[in-house]
Amino acid sequence: MSAQAVLFDAPGPKARRRHAILTVLGLLLAAGIFGAFIWRLYETAQLEPQLWTPFLEGQTWTQYLLPGLWRTLQAALVSVVFAIVFGLIFGMGRLSQARPLRWACGVIVEFFRSVPVLLMMTFLFFFMARNFGMPGQTASFWAVIVGLTLYNGSVIAELVRSGVHQLPKGQREAGLAIGLTSAKTLRSIELPQALTAMLPALMSQLVVILKDSALGTAITYPELIAAARQLGSRHGNVIAAYIVVGIIFVLINWLLTVAAGRVERFINRRGHTAAPAKTAASTLVQGGGAPGEFGANIADAVEEEVDDWRDRNQRGRRVADE
Amino acid sequence: MFTRRLIATAAAAGMALTLAACGGGAATPAATGGPAGGDGIKIGIKFDQPGLGLREGDSYTGFDVEVAKFVAKELGHEEGDIEWIESPSAQRETLIETDQVDLIFATYSITDKRKERVSFAGPYFIAGQGLLVRADDSSITGQDTLGGKKLCSVTGSTPAQKIKDAYPDVELQEFGTYSECLPALLNGTIDAVTTDDTILAGFAAQSQYAGKLKLVGEPFTTENYGVGLKKGDTALCEQVNAAITKMVSEGAWEAAIEKTLGAADYTAGPGNPPTPAACS
Amino acid sequence: MLDILTRYDILGAFWMTIQLSFWAALGSLALGTILAIMRVSPVAVLQKLGALYVNVARNTPLTLILVFCVLGAFYILQLSLAPASAPLRTQIFLWAIVGLSLYHAAFVCEALRSGVNTVPVGQAEAARAIGLTFTQSLSQVILPQAFRGAIAPLGSVLIALIKNTTVASIIGSQEASAMMKTIVENETGSLLVFFIFALGFVILTLPIGVGFTEMSRRLAVKR
Repeated sequence: MSAQAVLFDAPGPKARRRHAILTVLGLLLAAGIFGAFIWRLYETAQLEPQLWTPFLEGQTWTQYLLPGLWRTLQAALVSVVFAIVFGLIFGMGRLSQARPLRWACGVIVEFFRSVPVLLMMTFLFFFMARNFGMPGQTASFWAVIVGLTLYNGSVIAELVRSGVHQLPKGQREAGLAIGLTSAKTLRSIELPQALTAMLPALMSQLVVILKDSALGTAITYPELIAAARQLGSRHGNVIAAYIVVGIIFVLINWLLTVAAGRVERFINRRGHTAAPAKTAASTLVQGGGAPGEFGANIADAVEEEVDDWRDRNQRGRRVADE
Repeated sequence: MFTRRLIATAAAAGMALTLAACGGGAATPAATGGPAGGDGIKIGIKFDQPGLGLREGDSYTGFDVEVAKFVAKELGHEEGDIEWIESPSAQRETLIETDQVDLIFATYSITDKRKERVSFAGPYFIAGQGLLVRADDSSITGQDTLGGKKLCSVTGSTPAQKIKDAYPDVELQEFGTYSECLPALLNGTIDAVTTDDTILAGFAAQSQYAGKLKLVGEPFTTENYGVGLKKGDTALCEQVNAAITKMVSEGAWEAAIEKTLGAADYTAGPGNPPTPAACS
Repeated sequence: MLDILTRYDILGAFWMTIQLSFWAALGSLALGTILAIMRVSPVAVLQKLGALYVNVARNTPLTLILVFCVLGAFYILQLSLAPASAPLRTQIFLWAIVGLSLYHAAFVCEALRSGVNTVPVGQAEAARAIGLTFTQSLSQVILPQAFRGAIAPLGSVLIALIKNTTVASIIGSQEASAMMKTIVENETGSLLVFFIFALGFVILTLPIGVGFTEMSRRLAVKR
């Protein structure tokens, strides 16, 4: 159901008056909260110009924020690539015909999905630094990468699995009918379509990874928030620095979300896949947020929904055939 | 076909990114600080501690930095040959053990536990846990007047632990960094920040806080700041010790204190300047 | 190894995790429902405000939100949730709950909206046809079905929330991950320590996953 429009009638005079009142109230409330916030900031001397002028200096950006942002992006990009590889391998494992393999992949995926990313990062950091004798910087970088990869890879494995399940059964049957093995069908017919349909969801996952890389601060990975912290130590404006960094995060993630939506529409229009590309799934992925979560339950629910729909479809088709 | 191509592309991209990551900033954000030539020296300092080790854009300031520069010069390294490496507390031992740094000057207290993994030259300074309060606050005069007060320190740090153990009636807020404590202190919502008095003096000396903060009471612990180096490298240790001794006798040590912490009206506590202990 | 388990109050740390999760779950459900109502309401301004909130909260790292709550709201703006005499520990606990709620409310809102999308158009049309107002049709017809349709995504938000309580360690909350960090730093960084804590989270989240799946099956509106 597309929520708007059907939930309410075209407003009459009374309703219009009510809406006008609500509009004014809503605006007043929002302006009130925002205004009170600014006023308190002013009262507590957080708006003093010397706290904010550093952000007009080139050095603030070239020496602190941009390098920090670059390391945030670096961690996110490296992990998203690894996570896709991990997700493909384990997603295919979960779709395998061999029961032990399916089972093993299932346990691994479920485990890494239920362990908090921060917990993994903290442990990996100390573990790698001590047992592999890794230098601190390298250890923190890899702890961030591995932590993000294991978690997001598991989420992607789940996306792969549900993506394949979402394809109409006919795709697989057609593959088998022309004599492909089950594994070949999966690789050359089902996966390519599932992956295309997954693309928007994958892009939204990048938002999750980007936000999660911020957890690296806790294990001394010098990313954007850590850069803000150093900047704050230098100019005594740690709060201003955090606010600026927060805005940077919101902007980048918002752009990514918009791009994901574009890609979704593009794929759906082009029709290169038998499955519908959905960011609906991806909003759920984000429902996990930071150490986010795309619960097995969702995958199951989606699967169920799809199964129902498929059954109905087939019944319909059979009826039509008769 | 499609999948294989995709996996191959992904793997290649992964490799490329990883290589980029290893070659680029991830390894050492400070690598730009100076050319890392054959006769360069890698020195670990704090990047976020005003007055001791602070990165200001592409230059570095603070007492630790001054001592490090002097010692490096005595060891035959010009200032331009020094590669500054950030050494957060949690990483210091590992940085030394893995040869990421040659020397560490980062408010690094000499303790027996740390001696199991690294060796120390020095001490080059004796600090102690102190209290930083608002300049107009007269209710805290030392550690005996802390009852019921709100203190701030850094998560998991030794000073934080010390306060928890010794003053159970003190309320302790732990943040990720001291610079997060300061706005709350200025604001009156926190009564005091506690950690090594040098670190506190460093903040008090920052121009942004000039006249707003003061150190109170006698230091109530003794922290011997040493120069961390590879375990068992006695030769290097002795060279560093000689350099420190020279720095003190030439008066450069005194000048460095005045230059970096002077603005906070900070006078080094008893026992300063220290005589370096014998290397073992 | 055993002495570590006895010297450190691991169960106490997990109890903190559970408390944080419980209250933040209630908070985010309440705020998330309000946001979802705003986003489907007929008033354009409310829709926009709801969307703005969701986009900002969802795209900011939780680390920052929590720091803003404790350092920004509590210490700097001096907004108090408890009497000033309350111990710091309580204040931090309350603000951690607020921060977690503010962040996850955005996801609850989106989960509910996806639930609203599972309600067939006919239901809303029927509600309007029998003369129900927006408020009536929402509270009597749409939302009850939407909640049932949103159970599965709500479950995963809850699981994410439980895991995200670990981030509260950054503002000094003494929960499970802070405890693990202390142990790993001071004692041993063995795999076993990690597995004990990981297992704790598996125990907390797995039944919820299974339970919510079961519930979504049982409560799904049969159509």
